Amino acid sequence: MEELDVEPTTTLIPGAGLKQKHLGFEWGPGDLLMYETNFKLQDSGSGGSGSPFIHVVRRDEDIYSPILRKLFNESHHIFVGLQNIKDDVPSKNKKLQFVSISKNYRSVIRACMEELQQVAVSTTDTQYSNQVSILLAIELIWNLCEVLFIDASPAGSLLLHLLDWVRLHKADVDEKAREVLQSESPTRHHAYWDVVMCFVLQGRMDEARQVLQKQASLQPASRAAYQLVDNLLHKMPVFNPGGTQTLTEFDVKWRHWHEECDRCLQDNSFASNRHLETICKVLVGDEDALLEQKVLLGTWYHLLISRLLFSHPTVKPAELHYYAQSSMDMFLESPSASEPLDSILLAAFEFDLHQVIKDCSIALNNWWFVAHLTDLLDHCKLLQSHNLQCHVLFNCVCVCSFGSNLREFLVLEYASGLFSHHSLWQLAVDYFDHCPEFGRVYLELQIERVPLETERKALKVLRICEQRQMNEQVRSICKIMAKRALSNNRLGSALSWSIRAKDAAFATLISERFLQDYCTRGSFSDLDLIDNLGPAMLLSDRLTFLGKYREFHRLYGEKKFAEAAKLLLSLMTAKIAPRSFWMTLLIDALPLLEQKEVIFSVDQTHELMFCLEELTSDNSELKLEHLTQDDVESTKLELLRLALARNLAMAIVKEGTVEA
Amino acid sequence: MDCINAKYVSQKISKTRWRPVLAAALQQPEVFATGSWDNEDNKLCLWRVGENEGYTMEDEQEGEPQLLCECEHGGDVLDLQFLDQDRLITASSTGAVTIYKLHPDSQTLSVAHVWDRAHHYQSANAPCTGVACNSPELVSVGEDGRVVLYKADQRGIVRVIENADSSTIHGVTFLRTTEVLTVNSIGQLKLWDFRQQGSDPAQILALTGDRVPLHCVDRHPNQQHIVATGGQDGMLCIWDVRQGNMPFSLMEAHSAEMWEVRFHPTNPDHLFTCSEDGSLLHWETSSGSDAPLFLQGRNSSMMSRSATALAGGNQSLISAWLNGDSSKGRLETTHMLPSQTLSVNSLDVLGQCLVCGTDGEAVYIHRRVPV
Repeated sequence: MEELDVEPTTTLIPGAGLKQKHLGFEWGPGDLLMYETNFKLQDSGSGGSGSPFIHVVRRDEDIYSPILRKLFNESHHIFVGLQNIKDDVPSKNKKLQFVSISKNYRSVIRACMEELQQVAVSTTDTQYSNQVSILLAIELIWNLCEVLFIDASPAGSLLLHLLDWVRLHKADVDEKAREVLQSESPTRHHAYWDVVMCFVLQGRMDEARQVLQKQASLQPASRAAYQLVDNLLHKMPVFNPGGTQTLTEFDVKWRHWHEECDRCLQDNSFASNRHLETICKVLVGDEDALLEQKVLLGTWYHLLISRLLFSHPTVKPAELHYYAQSSMDMFLESPSASEPLDSILLAAFEFDLHQVIKDCSIALNNWWFVAHLTDLLDHCKLLQSHNLQCHVLFNCVCVCSFGSNLREFLVLEYASGLFSHHSLWQLAVDYFDHCPEFGRVYLELQIERVPLETERKALKVLRICEQRQMNEQVRSICKIMAKRALSNNRLGSALSWSIRAKDAAFATLISERFLQDYCTRGSFSDLDLIDNLGPAMLLSDRLTFLGKYREFHRLYGEKKFAEAAKLLLSLMTAKIAPRSFWMTLLIDALPLLEQKEVIFSVDQTHELMFCLEELTSDNSELKLEHLTQDDVESTKLELLRLALARNLAMAIVKEGTVEA
Repeated sequence: MDCINAKYVSQKISKTRWRPVLAAALQQPEVFATGSWDNEDNKLCLWRVGENEGYTMEDEQEGEPQLLCECEHGGDVLDLQFLDQDRLITASSTGAVTIYKLHPDSQTLSVAHVWDRAHHYQSANAPCTGVACNSPELVSVGEDGRVVLYKADQRGIVRVIENADSSTIHGVTFLRTTEVLTVNSIGQLKLWDFRQQGSDPAQILALTGDRVPLHCVDRHPNQQHIVATGGQDGMLCIWDVRQGNMPFSLMEAHSAEMWEVRFHPTNPDHLFTCSEDGSLLHWETSSGSDAPLFLQGRNSSMMSRSATALAGGNQSLISAWLNGDSSKGRLETTHMLPSQTLSVNSLDVLGQCLVCGTDGEAVYIHRRVPV
C-alpha cells in the first residue's frame, strides 16, 4: 500500500459501534452507508440483533447548506459559460476572458460569504462562521492563483497585483481608519498610529498622508519632520504598467528614493518622533522594523508583500518563492506553527500548482473549489505538461480508472456529490457533459437512479437522456413509468409510456389487458387514446390489432358495414388477430351476416368459413370434449354456420343476378 | 437587460405567480408567490419587490425581491394560482389541493383548507398537475385522469369526472363559467361542459396523427374561444375551439418542452412562453388594424367576421393571433433572459412586470416589459 498523504480523520457516528458491534458499510456516489452488523462476531451468538438504524455518512456536507446552494447554482452558470469559450479566440483575448471568469467566480464567493456573514452574526450557531472562514480562505487562495497563474503578471505589475490581493483580504484597516477618523479627536485615538502604519504597510501612501496631516497640523514644533515623511511618502515611485516607463527606469528611480529615505534615517531627522522614525525604517525595508509590526501585519504573506514593496519592488515571479519561504520563517516562530492555509499559499508562491490543488483537496471539506479552480487552470493550459503528476497526487486513488486527467477526476468527484443531492442533481448533468472520458458513463449510471415521483420529473430526466442519445436509459425510464401506471391500473398512461419507449413487448402486454377488459366488459375503455394511435399502432402486432379492432367497432357504429366487414375479415386472413380472438371476431361477424342486404360477398363468405373451419379443426382434438359439454359454445358454432350458409346463399343469388 | 433582476433562492422553482392588484388602482404588482419542487421540504413563498419602500441599503439592493413569508408545502408544488388577493391554491404531487390564506397584516401564510387525496389511484396517491380558478369555482386535474370541481367556500367536492382522460392531464383552464379546457399527454385538448352529465367531453381537439404531449394551456383574456397551448416539442399552437380539429397556427418556439404559456392579461397581442431549454420568449403580434380584413387570407377573414359578430360588432376585437398565414410576417419574438442553461419552469406577467422561476434556483423579475 502506498503511503498516505495525511492521517485520515476519525468521524464518530453517534449511536453506532457501541457494545463492540462491527460496522458494515457500502459506498455511494457522494456518501457512505453504515450499519451495525453481527458479522464475524462468534462469541455473541444470540446476543441480540443489530441496531435497526442505517447511518448516512456524508463526505461533502456543504452541499446541504441552503446558502451555499446559491454558490453551486451561480458557479454552474459560469462553468458552462467557460466550457463554451471557443478555441479560435486569439490567446490575448482569451487571457482576458479567463481573468474575467476567475473574477466572476470570486464575486460569487464574495456574495455568498456576505450572506453567510449576515446569518452568522444573527445566530450563535458556529457552523455559519466556520463556513465564512472556509470561504474566506477559498477566496484568498483563488485570488492568489488568479494573480500568479491566470493573469501571470510580469515583474513590476506583479507586485501591484499582490498589493491589491493583500488589501482586499486585510480590509479591517478601512474599518479601523473610519473608527479613528470619526472619533472626537482622531489624533488622540489609541489606534491612530496603527492606522497610519497599516496604510503604509499596504502601500496606500496617499491615505497614510491624509491621516498624518491631522497630527502634523497639531504639532507645529515637529512640523519639519512631518513634512519630510509626507514628502517621502508622496515621492515613493509606483510602477505604471500602462505607461511608457520601462522597468529599468523605474528601478533607477526607486533606488534614488530608497537612498533618500536611508539618508533621512542616517541624519536622525526623526529623532524627535519615534513613530515617524519607525515609518521611515519601514520605508527603507528594515526587516526588524517590519517584524515589529507583526500584530498589524497579521499574516506572513502580508509581511512578504510589505517586504517586497519596500525592498524588491521589481520582483520576478520566479524569485517569489525565495522571499515567501523566508518571510514565513521570519514570521512564524516555529515551522510547526504553520497551518494548511500557509502551506497552500507557500506552494502557490512556489508555482507548484499541483501541490496547491492537492493540499486544498485535503484541507477543504468540499470539492467545489478544487473542481472549479482546476477546470479554469486547465482551460488556461496550465496543467497539461504535468498530466502524469496526478498519479503522484492522488496516489490513494486507482489512477488508471480515472485516466491521466486531473481536471476530469476532480470535476467528476464534485459532480457525483451534486448528483447524490435530492435537488441539485440537475446541475451535475452539465458537469458530466464536460468530462470527455468518463462523464457519460457516470451520467448513465446515475441518471437511472433518480427517483421519479411525478411525470414532470420523469419528463425532465427523459429530456436529459434523449438529448444525449442515451437510448438504454430512455427505455428504462419509460418502462419504470409504464409499469407504475400499469400497477395503478392506468392502462392508457402505461401504453403511452411504452409507445414512447418503443417497447414492443410491453405494448403487447398492455394491448392484451385492453382486449381482456373488452371481453369481460363488452366495451372499450380509454377510447380517446386507442382512437388516436396513428402510426404508433405499428409498434407491436397486438397493438395494431387493438387499434384495427377498435376501428372495426367504430365503422360498425357508423353503419359503414361493407368497410367494417372487409376490415374484420382482413384481421383474420392477414393473421393480425391472435388465434384466441378469432371466435370473438366471428361472433362479431354475426350481426353483419344477419343484415338484410348482403354484406359479405361469396368469396368473403368462403374465407370466413375457412377461418371457422381452421379454428374448429385446430381445436377439435383438444377442445371437442369441452365444446360438446359447453352448450353455449356449441350453440354459437351452430348459429355461425347457419348464418354463414344463409349469407352464402344470398350472396350467390345476388352476384348471379348482377352478372346476368 | 438592465431591468432584469435575478435572485437565487436556494430552491428549484416550479411556479411563480403575481398577486393580483385591484383593477381600480392602476398600479404595478409588487407581491408574487413561488412554489418549489424536488426539495426535501418544499415551500410556498411570498416575495415583495418594490422601489417605494424605504430602502436603507445600497442601490444594488433596490428592486431585489425580499421574502415576505413562507410556508411548508407537502410534496412538489405542481401548480399555483391566486384565487383572489388573499387566497392561493396549490396543486401538490401528493394529490392534495390546498387553499392557503394570506394574512396581510401579520404577513403570514396559513392553510385554509385541504382536499387530501383529491387525485388518487386505487391505493396510491396521484400527483395533481394543475388547478384553475374562476372564483368561487376551482377545478383540478391530475395524473389519474380525473377532473375535479370544487367551490372555494365548500368543504366537499362538487363534482368528479372519473376517467376524464386515459392518460395524464397536464393543464387546465376555464373558458367560461361552466366550461373548462384540459390538455393531456397524448396531444389532445378536451372541452368539458359542467352542465352536461356523464364523463364524456363536449369536444376533443387534436393535431391529427400527432401525439405530442401538451404541457400548458392559456386562454385569450378577451376572446374565450382562442387558446394557446405548448407541448413537448416546444411548438406553440393557437387554437380556435369553435373551429374544428386543427390549430389555427403552429409556431416553432423552443427546442424542448414548453412548460408555460401566458397571454398578457390586458394586452393580449403579447404572449410569453418558457421552456425546458432555458429560454423565455416574448411574442408580439401587431393587431389586425393595419391590414385590411380582405388581405388576411380566405379562411381567416371568414373566421374573423364570425368573431366580430360574436364580439358584438367591434372590429378591434379581432384577435391578431387568428390571422393565419399572414400573421407570420408580423410576428416578432424576443428572448427575455440572458443565456441560461437550466429549465425555466414558470412565468407570470401582469402589467409591465414579469416573473419567472428556474431549475437553476433563480427567480428573474423584469419590471419594464415593453407591452
